[in-house]
Amino acid sequence: MNHIFFILGIALFLNASPSSAETPEEKGLAIALEDDKRDNGYQDFTANLLMILKNRQGEESSRSIKNKTLEVEGDGDKSLSIFDKPRDVKGTTLLNFTHKVGTDDQWLYLPALKRVKRISSSNKSGSFMGSEFAYEDVTSQEVEKYTYKWIRDEEYQGEKCFVFERYPVYKNSGYTRQVIWLDQKDYKILRIEFYDRKNSSLKTLTQTDFKLYLGKYWYPHKMFMENHQTGKSTLLTWSDYEFRTGLSDKDFNKNSLKRTR
Amino acid sequence: MNTNLNNGFGSWVIRFRWLIVPATLFLVFAAASGGRFLGFSTDYRVFFSENNPQLLAFEALQNTYTKNDNVMFAIEPKDGKVFTRKTLAIIEEITAASWKIPHSIRVDSVTNFQYTWADGDDLVVQDLVENAPSFTDAQLKKVQAVALAEPLLLNRLITRKSNITGVNVTINRPQKTITETPEVAAFAREMKDKFQKKYPDITIYLTGVIFMDNAFNEAGEGDMKSLVPFMYGIVLIIMALSLRTFWGTLTTILIMAFSILTGMGLAGWSGILLTPISANAPTIILTLAVADSIHILVTLFYEVRHGKTKYEAIQESLRVNHQPIFITSLTTAIGFLSLNFSDSPPFRDLGNIVAVGVMAAYVYSVFFLPAMMAILPLRVKKVSSSQNIWIDTFGDWVIHNRNLLFWGMIIIITFLSIQIPRNIIDEKFNEYFDTRYQFRIDNDYVEEHLTGFESIEYSLSAGESGGISNPAYLKKLDEFADWYRKQPGVMYVGTLTDTMKRLNKNMHGDDESFYRLPEERDLSAQYLLLYELSLPFGLDLNNQINIDKSSTRFTAILESVSTDYALNLEKSAQKWLKENAPPEMASHGASPLIMFSHIAMRNIDSMMVGTILALLIISAILVGVLRSFKLGLISTIPNLVPMFMTFGIWGWLVGEIGLAVSVVAPVALGIIVDDTVHFLSKFRRARVELGKTTEEAVRYSFHTVGTALLLTSIILVCGFLVLTFSGFRMNAQLGFMTTISIICALLADFLFLPTLLMKLDRLSTKKQVT
Repeated sequence: MNHIFFILGIALFLNASPSSAETPEEKGLAIALEDDKRDNGYQDFTANLLMILKNRQGEESSRSIKNKTLEVEGDGDKSLSIFDKPRDVKGTTLLNFTHKVGTDDQWLYLPALKRVKRISSSNKSGSFMGSEFAYEDVTSQEVEKYTYKWIRDEEYQGEKCFVFERYPVYKNSGYTRQVIWLDQKDYKILRIEFYDRKNSSLKTLTQTDFKLYLGKYWYPHKMFMENHQTGKSTLLTWSDYEFRTGLSDKDFNKNSLKRTR
Repeated sequence: MNTNLNNGFGSWVIRFRWLIVPATLFLVFAAASGGRFLGFSTDYRVFFSENNPQLLAFEALQNTYTKNDNVMFAIEPKDGKVFTRKTLAIIEEITAASWKIPHSIRVDSVTNFQYTWADGDDLVVQDLVENAPSFTDAQLKKVQAVALAEPLLLNRLITRKSNITGVNVTINRPQKTITETPEVAAFAREMKDKFQKKYPDITIYLTGVIFMDNAFNEAGEGDMKSLVPFMYGIVLIIMALSLRTFWGTLTTILIMAFSILTGMGLAGWSGILLTPISANAPTIILTLAVADSIHILVTLFYEVRHGKTKYEAIQESLRVNHQPIFITSLTTAIGFLSLNFSDSPPFRDLGNIVAVGVMAAYVYSVFFLPAMMAILPLRVKKVSSSQNIWIDTFGDWVIHNRNLLFWGMIIIITFLSIQIPRNIIDEKFNEYFDTRYQFRIDNDYVEEHLTGFESIEYSLSAGESGGISNPAYLKKLDEFADWYRKQPGVMYVGTLTDTMKRLNKNMHGDDESFYRLPEERDLSAQYLLLYELSLPFGLDLNNQINIDKSSTRFTAILESVSTDYALNLEKSAQKWLKENAPPEMASHGASPLIMFSHIAMRNIDSMMVGTILALLIISAILVGVLRSFKLGLISTIPNLVPMFMTFGIWGWLVGEIGLAVSVVAPVALGIIVDDTVHFLSKFRRARVELGKTTEEAVRYSFHTVGTALLLTSIILVCGFLVLTFSGFRMNAQLGFMTTISIICALLADFLFLPTLLMKLDRLSTKKQVT
């Protein structure tokens, strides 16, 4: 992770509690930094992801993806998404380098073409596999991708929460802001409300079924995204989390894409 | 009828006049206070009942993909060139600003079109135009070539001449409040004004479903605001000229207002949302309510002029008129109530509101009017009864020329009836509004110069999850698109196959020879996945592919075509699918065009049932009232003849029947039957009670009700003619056709019914003699 921010984060955190001189913006950033800090150090993980899509007409469809993520010091994470279902895209693999600043790098391996294609789009804010999750929702959430503002503290689902807003720095983002409910004890994101470009309520993400890994990382197993404008929804179910599996940089490059299973 | 009861009723009203007046005011106030709940609907979907099959099909399509309600900016640069740095920069600006339109979920333009191309092994996906002012001439040329070669843009957002371009904004209204549509419309208009002012070198036109919906709202409100006062003015003039009484006119005006307030107020209480159709109710109630008062006042003044006291005259007028007024109000209400058979809720609302208003008018006319007349001063010059001489002369003329008139009328009726088949069903819903609405002007221009307003859409299933990548499915889809593009009147076809071909080309280093459908299923699916991962917010494929990737949306945009043509086109499309495509691909076209086309047909069928039922009920009532089965049976002839004449004249003059015209029959029936009731009840009284001969009875009928019938017909004609000034075509048609039917009814009752009565009477006398 970026050391300056890391130190700054600790400093702010220590400073956090009752200090009245702190502006809402500073407090918001402090919360985000602390959240980021608490997420650090997992090294790598693999997990399976099941997506269930629903539309207003009541139709349902599912996708399943195997996910591998590698923590990167000083920059955004690297990840591999190996598509398993639908059958037609089985083996298709997405390699993703998240960056703290600038657009992420993405490559897609197409087994039917036996080629790796770089996704060369500066505006990847669209739907992820037809779901209600945008690409920018599922990619690694780096502190630098937003600016922050603390709004209030409140009880949410029996947990004491920070409620804060974050504003995307990315100019092509589909959102003007997101409102986040983060529990103060474990820093679990319980709920995010997304507001579109005209600042209308667009969708709401609720995260549940949190489990503790390695004694310090809380991961949600269910992420439910509901689009209030179109009536469509997507449920992500995570399973089979495995941490520190020994993945390394060489598992996450263009050449490794074709080999990945 | 019961003379004593009505006599008693008259004196009862006079006795309790000081009670009746405040009680009426209280009732009116109570009913009218419901008016605050009234609002104007701002959604064309109100024309369809909840379980209308075409509406359900269209809703299903929209729920599977996305809504297709839209706002369309058509931008025409004055130099006629879209692909210039200046114009493209403006389009970019309008595109960006359009995302801020309330409830917008997608914006499509030539500038934000997702242009794909190959850069070595990379698939580049980007806005076709970004930062236009920095473009070189070569870039401008290239962009133009790309846009014109793109099936998804040509004739949709760009013309072949590149002189007009469109920015299409998809709007997804939550449909929770009726203010959503005007909000969107106002926002878009403000945008237009702003850009128009900032860039005088372009002209902006605004169209789209939102503006059509908003025009419904504006039309209803506009009609109420302009036509009702107009109608009031006309009635005032006629009353003043014919009755020459200040207090009588004033009271009649009050009764009309009370009847309207009651009808509209109760509509408010029952939660009816107004449409341009039901917004006609005040004008129609006003027109119908006035007749009741006229009948009562005409008799009242006649009696006073002939020496009776005011109270005696009131009693006599009620005795003579109470029953006919009740019967005519009842039959009119039945006619309007039969609109409940309509498949289209606004017509049901209109029927119910008017029925309530008409019955309220009856109640106020027999209680409030005489009570007020008893209270108010009455000054009448005693004049000789020479006034009525002309109608007697006319009656004599009819009796004299009965043979000529009888056969003449038969010939005219037959001639007109033959014209009925000339009517064809046509319903152009975007032409509901005439050119006094900006929407119509703009839309006409856009239709003529850029793209069509009407469409037919399909959800074409591949029969299995992920099946849209199946080469066989894509091939069929492509053939269907080819077939559709060949049909006359089709401007544009939007389908997934064009995107698939383009991607295939991109994936092969932009080699033109690969501009064809991929041949393997997994390849197509993976192309799509790659493409989807590259698209920006709001421009994803969810509007054309369902979530299970088992079906795609197929859109054909049509020129302004007739309903008949559209329905036939859709029918042949289905036939094509049935003959050429696998069974799972079979699909019904859905769109507002299809919905409106079907509802006209459905409504004509259902109104046929409604009219027949109304006719049966009304005839049964007449049999009871006239206490003669024979007269009741005869009455159906002058009730039906005007219908045949009206539809014949319509077929001859206009020839197009739509939703509005289909409801004319029951409405007109309820109104024109009044003439028959009045004429026949007087005829019967003369024959049975006074023992007169048929000829004398006819003369008596003319003498007693001829003037009143003529007067009320003139008022009715004026009232419905006023509707023809509506900028909303359905109202204008309804008004025009009802006017024709009222005139025909008067002709039938004055020229045909008496001669028929005399003919039939002679037949039965002959029989009795032999």
